[in-house]
Amino acid sequence: MKKLRMLLAVIGLASWGSAQADYALNLPVGVTETSREIHDLHMLILWICVGIGIVVYGVMVYSIMHHRKSKGVTPATFHENTKLEIVWTIIPFLILLSMAIPATKVMIKTYDTSKADMSIKVTGYQWKWRYTYPDEGIDFFSALDAKSNEARQLGSKIDPAKVPNYLLSVDHPLVVPVNKKIRILITSADVIHSWWIPEFGWKKDAIPGYVTDGWIKVEKPGTYRGQCTELCGRDHGFMPIVVEAKTEEQYKEWVAAQVASKTVAAPAAAPAAVIGEAAAAPAPAVPAELTKEDLIAKGQEVYNANCVACHMATGEGLPGTFPPIKGSAVAAGPVADHIGLVVKGKGAMPPFGETLDATQIAAVVTFQRNGLGNSTGDVAQPADVKKN
Amino acid sequence: MTATTHDDHHDHGPAKGFMRWITTTNHKDIGTLYMVTALIMFFVGGAMALVIRAELFEPGIQYVDPLFFNQMTTLHALVMVFGAVMPAFAGLANWMIPMMIGAPDMALPRMNNWSFWVLPFALCLLSSTLFMEGGAPSAGWTLYPPLVLQGGNNLPFAVFSVHLLGISSIMAAINIIVTVFNMRAPGMTWMKLPLFVWTWVITAFLLIAIMPVFAGAVTMLLTDKFFGTSFFNAAGGGDPVLYQHLFWFFGHPEVYVLILPSFGVISQIIPTFARKPLFGYSSMVYATASIGFLSFIVWAHHQYTVGMPIQGELYFTYATMLIAVPTGVKVFNWLATMWQGAMTFETPMLYAIAFVVLFTMGGFTGLMMSISPADLQYHDTYFIVAHFHYTLVTGAVFAILAAVYYWLPKWTGHMYDERLGKLHFWLTTISVNVCFFPQHFSGLAGMPRRIPDYAVQFAEFNAMSTVGAFVMGFAQLIFAYLIIQCIRGAGEKATEEVWEGAKEHGLEWHLPSPPPYHTWTTAPDVK
Repeated sequence: MKKLRMLLAVIGLASWGSAQADYALNLPVGVTETSREIHDLHMLILWICVGIGIVVYGVMVYSIMHHRKSKGVTPATFHENTKLEIVWTIIPFLILLSMAIPATKVMIKTYDTSKADMSIKVTGYQWKWRYTYPDEGIDFFSALDAKSNEARQLGSKIDPAKVPNYLLSVDHPLVVPVNKKIRILITSADVIHSWWIPEFGWKKDAIPGYVTDGWIKVEKPGTYRGQCTELCGRDHGFMPIVVEAKTEEQYKEWVAAQVASKTVAAPAAAPAAVIGEAAAAPAPAVPAELTKEDLIAKGQEVYNANCVACHMATGEGLPGTFPPIKGSAVAAGPVADHIGLVVKGKGAMPPFGETLDATQIAAVVTFQRNGLGNSTGDVAQPADVKKN
Repeated sequence: MTATTHDDHHDHGPAKGFMRWITTTNHKDIGTLYMVTALIMFFVGGAMALVIRAELFEPGIQYVDPLFFNQMTTLHALVMVFGAVMPAFAGLANWMIPMMIGAPDMALPRMNNWSFWVLPFALCLLSSTLFMEGGAPSAGWTLYPPLVLQGGNNLPFAVFSVHLLGISSIMAAINIIVTVFNMRAPGMTWMKLPLFVWTWVITAFLLIAIMPVFAGAVTMLLTDKFFGTSFFNAAGGGDPVLYQHLFWFFGHPEVYVLILPSFGVISQIIPTFARKPLFGYSSMVYATASIGFLSFIVWAHHQYTVGMPIQGELYFTYATMLIAVPTGVKVFNWLATMWQGAMTFETPMLYAIAFVVLFTMGGFTGLMMSISPADLQYHDTYFIVAHFHYTLVTGAVFAILAAVYYWLPKWTGHMYDERLGKLHFWLTTISVNVCFFPQHFSGLAGMPRRIPDYAVQFAEFNAMSTVGAFVMGFAQLIFAYLIIQCIRGAGEKATEEVWEGAKEHGLEWHLPSPPPYHTWTTAPDVK
């Protein structure tokens, strides 16, 4: 294996100037019992296939070397042998049995989500993940981090090799405790996604209208990275999954910090503060009025993080698929309707009322009305969003 | 019968000019039309593959918008499956089946014309979406809802295109079944049929069974989008996974539609060049039928990650593993046919041998993927991409290339340039492996499929893949050149049997090269 790696590294270097060091050739062994067993199963089948391959290709090569006309052989005339046919039907069948038995055992274990210590709900959105801890009351979104997002734009001129964990890092990773059996419940708010961390050994589709599940029991603290694995639209390649596994104490500290930041409810800082909840909270801090310049500046950030994927940096959208904001009737019409559209969503556009707070929505609406080639001159304040 | 009614015409040749191709009911003309269409679409689909590979040459997005990238992956698959491989096999069937079973033509010649002429319109309809506002479908060739319902107005075009392609395939399938059941020459009993004919009969039954399911499923997409139904819309009480079950009930037998005729081609070629009869003819027939049957009961192995009940996962695991048994039987029989033969290695034989070697590779990875827990890792990664390109490119496409080299001298009456043929073979075989072999590694290491950009640790393998893909793509120009040269009549004249001793291996080698416009107007006597 080492030799093969070396050989491939040499080929890689030869064909590719800036070779990266940390590529892999095989499934990771992973950090859960399931992933180790799946890895072992994978290696077992792989070696069985290699064995069969050596026999089959060996016979073939021998035949090609020796049974050729240029060697002056006369062709044999045999063309049937029932015993042989039976033998090469039964032997593969027995080999298959030897694979099916361990496969069944591993599959049953992978499916056993009972007796979990805690649950986490994962919801797929175009194109980010939402993580909900029902017991702790923690709820947040996790999207591609800003550096990768900037570098991955068409014509960005940024070398991906210089971006740390390019396309595999997020703004808010999922945090889990080690050595706890965690049941992961997976669903989707729009199209089908799939939640996968190779180090955990499995992936499961996130399907609207369904809740699928799986379980993990991470044995080693660390950061584990994966990606969405079901085509979910334009930015399918840009919704990574990052899980930070922490020790019991560190995890408790993290939970405490999350809960604390939520009760303070600084709207801009905590993406957990969702409008619906904020409105229902006993004494929501009324967000202060902001100046037009602040709103536009902030709105540009929100726009770049949430809207550019479809409406494009220019606000022109993609004709036929994603409507433009530049010069659109909505951005020139009443402010309330504009806010309403952003909050409730429409068609493929998700309801951003679920994911952005009032200040963010006010800011992005103000930005859209005074930027991207639009110039209505009016502003939307966080208080207007509340009324909507 | 034909002999008496046609006595007063002396010209049995084709009509002159362009109308010959529009109005033809001749199986050879229609076969040619199918093959030419397939070749053109092979280059169109190949160009799309090169757009994909160019974008994936290095990390970062260099050339195309991710949405256009998704349109390319979607159309590349649809064009290659429905525009290149299926028409190529339909063309081979049209050309060869009547000549192989001693029939004067296909049983339903007018329907034959129609089944071809639906095809170019279907393919134009599909390709036209590229030039629409919003572009072509971009939800992958599987057209999964709800994603596919988000697309623009390309959906009805894609759906009607699928309907037309389905009608075309069903008509071709009916024609083949009727021809083989009714028009075999006296003495051509079922168990004497050439393997290519056998595999096509089984394929035809698969097609008739599955195309309506696919047509139905895409029609449900259409009504969901435009007529307010909720077949697949969870918010309206529908079920997005239902579509996947319907699609793969079509989709799994569909991959056997692409590969069974390939098995047939290989079973014709290996005996000819080994100068030895096919080993285990009857078990080859039974194995093909078993694969055809099994293909209907394994579909959900494409859906191991949708959260089926454990019983479902295990059932589909076992059923899928079983396919390895008849497929193994086929490989062993090909080996036994080669064993103690007196082989020569002309281009068709080289492709046939490469098929056995590389298709078996795809078979191994297929077996690995049948194991559901392991597939929880492999699913939707480049490991899958590598697997199905080994089965479909070095499988189905190699079989088509082998078949064209094998029968081209018969069709045109001229030998192709063997030196260039071998060059084409080696360039293609090496580059195809440079392209697809590294994808096993990037997939296992965690690279999902259908992404326009990737993390930097996958850079080396993707760069290799792209180099391989471009060499492979341009190497096919040699193939096109060789075909044109043969049609133009360059190269030495082909004899009746073309390949030494071929007369032992099929009725088609008893006809002149090229065969006259009408052949076997008097049925041959098959001993």
